[in-house]
Amino acid sequence: MKINGAEPDQAPRPGQCLRTYLRDQGAYGVKKGCDTGDCGACTVHVDGKPVHSCVYPAFRAAGRSVTTVEGLAGDDGLHPVQQRFLDAQGFQCGFCTAGLIMTTAALTGDQLTDLPRAFKGNLCRCTGYRAIADAVAGVVNVTEPVTGKAVGASLGAPAGPQVVTGRARYTFDLDVPGVLHLKVLRSPHPHARVLAVRTEAALAVPGVELVLTHADAPAARFSTAQHENAAEDPADTRVLDDVVRFAGQRVAAVVATSEAAAEEGVRALAVDYEVLPAVLTPDQAMAEGAPQLHAGVERNVVAELHAEMGDPGAGFAEAAEVYEETFTTPRVQHASLETHGAVGWLDDDGRLVVRTSTQTPFLTRRALARLYDLPEDRVRVVAGRVGGGFGGKQEMLVEDLVALAVLRLRRPVRHEYSRAEQFTSATTRHPFTVTVKVGARADGVLTALQLRVVSDTGAYGNHGPAVMFHGCHESIAVYRCANMRTDAWCAYTNTVPAGAFRGYGLGQVSFAVESALDELARRLGVDPIVLRELNIVREGDHLTAPGDHVDDLTIASYGLDQCLDHIRAAAASPAEPAPEGWLVGDGMAATMIAAGPPGGHYADATATLRPDGRFEIAVGTAEFGNGSTTVHAQIAADALGTTPDRIVVRQSDTDVVRHDTGAFASTGVVVAGKAVLHATRGLQAKLRQAAGGAELTDSVLAELAGDGFTAEGHWGGSPRSVAFNVQWFRVAVDPGTGELRILRSVHSADAGTVMNPLQCRGQIEGGVAQALGATLAEHVDIGPDGHVTTAGFRQYHLPTFADVPRTEVLFADTDDAIGPLGAKSMSESPFNPVAPALANAVRDATGVRLTALPFTRDRIWSALQPATPGGPAARSDRESGAASA
Amino acid sequence: MDLNTVTEVISPAQVGQWRPGDAWLGGGTALFGEPRPHLTRLLDLTAADWPALTLRDDGLEIAATCTIAELAASGYDIAEKCCHAFLASFKIWNVATVGGNLCAALPAGPMIALGAALDGTVLLQSPEGERTLPVADFVTGEGTTVLREGELLRSMHLPASALTAVTAYRQGSLHAHGRSGVLVVGRSDRDGLTVTVTAATRRPYVLRFAEPPTAELMSVALAERIPDDAYVDDVHGLPAWRRHMTRLYAEQIRAELVA
Repeated sequence: MKINGAEPDQAPRPGQCLRTYLRDQGAYGVKKGCDTGDCGACTVHVDGKPVHSCVYPAFRAAGRSVTTVEGLAGDDGLHPVQQRFLDAQGFQCGFCTAGLIMTTAALTGDQLTDLPRAFKGNLCRCTGYRAIADAVAGVVNVTEPVTGKAVGASLGAPAGPQVVTGRARYTFDLDVPGVLHLKVLRSPHPHARVLAVRTEAALAVPGVELVLTHADAPAARFSTAQHENAAEDPADTRVLDDVVRFAGQRVAAVVATSEAAAEEGVRALAVDYEVLPAVLTPDQAMAEGAPQLHAGVERNVVAELHAEMGDPGAGFAEAAEVYEETFTTPRVQHASLETHGAVGWLDDDGRLVVRTSTQTPFLTRRALARLYDLPEDRVRVVAGRVGGGFGGKQEMLVEDLVALAVLRLRRPVRHEYSRAEQFTSATTRHPFTVTVKVGARADGVLTALQLRVVSDTGAYGNHGPAVMFHGCHESIAVYRCANMRTDAWCAYTNTVPAGAFRGYGLGQVSFAVESALDELARRLGVDPIVLRELNIVREGDHLTAPGDHVDDLTIASYGLDQCLDHIRAAAASPAEPAPEGWLVGDGMAATMIAAGPPGGHYADATATLRPDGRFEIAVGTAEFGNGSTTVHAQIAADALGTTPDRIVVRQSDTDVVRHDTGAFASTGVVVAGKAVLHATRGLQAKLRQAAGGAELTDSVLAELAGDGFTAEGHWGGSPRSVAFNVQWFRVAVDPGTGELRILRSVHSADAGTVMNPLQCRGQIEGGVAQALGATLAEHVDIGPDGHVTTAGFRQYHLPTFADVPRTEVLFADTDDAIGPLGAKSMSESPFNPVAPALANAVRDATGVRLTALPFTRDRIWSALQPATPGGPAARSDRESGAASA
Repeated sequence: MDLNTVTEVISPAQVGQWRPGDAWLGGGTALFGEPRPHLTRLLDLTAADWPALTLRDDGLEIAATCTIAELAASGYDIAEKCCHAFLASFKIWNVATVGGNLCAALPAGPMIALGAALDGTVLLQSPEGERTLPVADFVTGEGTTVLREGELLRSMHLPASALTAVTAYRQGSLHAHGRSGVLVVGRSDRDGLTVTVTAATRRPYVLRFAEPPTAELMSVALAERIPDDAYVDDVHGLPAWRRHMTRLYAEQIRAELVA
């Protein structure tokens, strides 16, 4: 066998797949996205033919020539396809990119004319595929900024050359000599007491070094959720517990010299359980006499909100029209292409080092230090490039267990989730049931708005309270309405825990609120855009919603009016025609999001003039395709009067700066970016002073370069502004089959100053695409036994190239008074208006109001059937089927 | 994914070598796509170098080890269409085999659709001898076949008359290019009209009409022959939708082929 022209020095194992074999040989560009042949991240060429190496028997490559992304470039530089992905920036996190490049490089002319079909076997969770289509077509999107004008330019990601060549280093893309493998035994029961774990047989397996059970775990409880203020989340989780509260929860861990031995050790464990009664829905959980999941949590309610403004009763009495409906959203998986995983070791100084796929290195360090009673300076947490996050990695799901094993064995240990474990044992978006009641006068002015919200946090409360409170805030604070009432509950159930997910509760509640407003507008005969204009908050307004909310949120720039104007213009312009016989309709929805979380979000940055005359920026935030690194380089370049190629960013390592709350809550630009701005301006001032006020020319900098000039910057994340997003669709629905086609998609965003149009557009396109997945396809299902039944990409359909239409992205022209250089957040929020805009378009087209996500073809078709045996029966078929399965 | 319990690969493997803990290995795309902790040996069939496609007077013999890519390029329109019904991409086609798809026996298995729609037969081999049976009878339910322990699927045969018949094809999915929720293939030849339903149902259903049926007869036949509980209930489509789509597509095919 030849791998990129070289003979490997060892033969594959009999049952080994080509993917792991190639990685063993150092070809880290070959990625594991699914390990089941579905996502294409592991695509390589065998004798010139593209294959998914995760389902290709390695022994079969004997005598053949294998090319990975590392071997694609020729002696004269990048392969043309690599260059195109670089020029178009056909990636965000980049985890799928090697596979896409290897696939594209193998496409025939015919296949290039039918990309939706050709890319069936390549999943990208970040981009929404437009950037990939551009790359294939040879579109050049990146620009080289000139000195002093980096901000506002479409600078390419600094890591681009590494991403397209497979040299970008993600969590496991390094050789750790002597590393041991950790595998987990997971609970088969949704609720049980662990009476005994018999480990003798497991320990007798050759290669097994350690078995960990609840007896080995610290007694302390913590939350897997990571927030600056740890008290935001209930401390209800142990590393290993003697009570398991969902099917899929850790029961024990086996550490061994090989994955095979660790797996065999897991199979050899024998556990005695006392099975306990389980509750699988919030209704069951909150019922009188329901089994209690956590001590001291009455009726399993982990958080609730009951608050009122004005007089909702009087408001509804005054209304000319009142609409009330209940809306539901299912569990959704983040499906970042890089699964959760961490590798830990002790460094030469005996300090615990954990390299992990995380959005929060500093908070994870803090959590590990507390859990194992270590000083924080005896723990280092590092993230490589992170292969997608979407909130899922604002969570400590693996690091605690890896740390325990490393501390016990004092040897390196790795633990990598399988794709199935991502579904059964990570976190999901919180499922919500939202009843909204809204009233308005005949002219469309709202008189009262009332929410009844129930969210399901699953077995643990990580992010549960915060998501519930957040979901009930900006979703209605975006409207002026004097009379509002909110009743909300967040309940524990014996199901896979929910956690942080892009939008953080807003998308679920906005689906209900924006659908209800659309329905109200129709009943009043008021244009839905006009109804929004009549009621939205305006510059200078206070942002209010029932309940005690942190009062540091202000409208520091206002572009929602412009967004609505964009949408009105879009609705009046032509769209692709619909097929004959299909029903056509338009729909829109508007949302607001706080630019950062309440209660503090801190970032430190350091700017240093290096001996080589370049500048080093140290920041804490991780890079997972969000592009904050690019923006930090742009901010630094302008502040220092140079070009971004002379900026080197060190990041996501607890050793490089003092603290960083993390890359979540859309803070990469508005918080960390502000710290970078302060640090680089500070350095610029110092250098100018040292130069006696002279211009910082290359020669002046060369003289100063040896003197170690450095400056620090900090931002505390408060006060906060708000960003706005409005989505509009025109859809066509085939009443005969339920097929839905998006004829046109337009998204208008108020992001303040757009720091990097290419990236900001990419964030919006990716957010819309991910939301289309949640709207049209995705649902994590739980069976009657509490098990997740959709534990792979064949059961859980992620949007493919064929599923995602182009979305036209428009920006409001605003300049924020708080954000760095006028910028606002724009990473989570594009997700939020998509589902209601689509529901409203379907309502416009068909006359039917869909209230339960997602809208798959079978469900749309069922909803369109008259209320006879053909219609409602379709739903009950499914329900009875699931119950008896 | 790695099959870490596998300690040996027999390549090429032969009938008679199978013992408990073994799996016949075709392309491997299905076998390596799920944990298989019960396996200790892989019996590799691809190294036997069976001719992928052999055209004879009586029809086309497709080796179990023929890849989907080889079949798609065989020049038979209906075969290529069925290949496109794979959820899997062309990259999987380079490796996955016809035999592997038949033996996986998933409702959405498009090689089952092809074989059943063209009155294909499969040749099964075991130490006890050989047997031949219709593809439509080979698959008995979701993921189940008539294969006995150690028995191996050697080939699928498609008769010449069916290969040259006029066919019509409809595939429905919840998603564009998605996994088949319904796959209906029609065939018109001197025996009349044959309509084969797969993907929507737990096993293939072949409806034969000696005379061109009316729309009403088609509708009645589908309702009579395919019980409601034969429609698959999983994440790839509600049973009622699958039933509706089956009837819709069958009627479209009837209209197309009878015209």
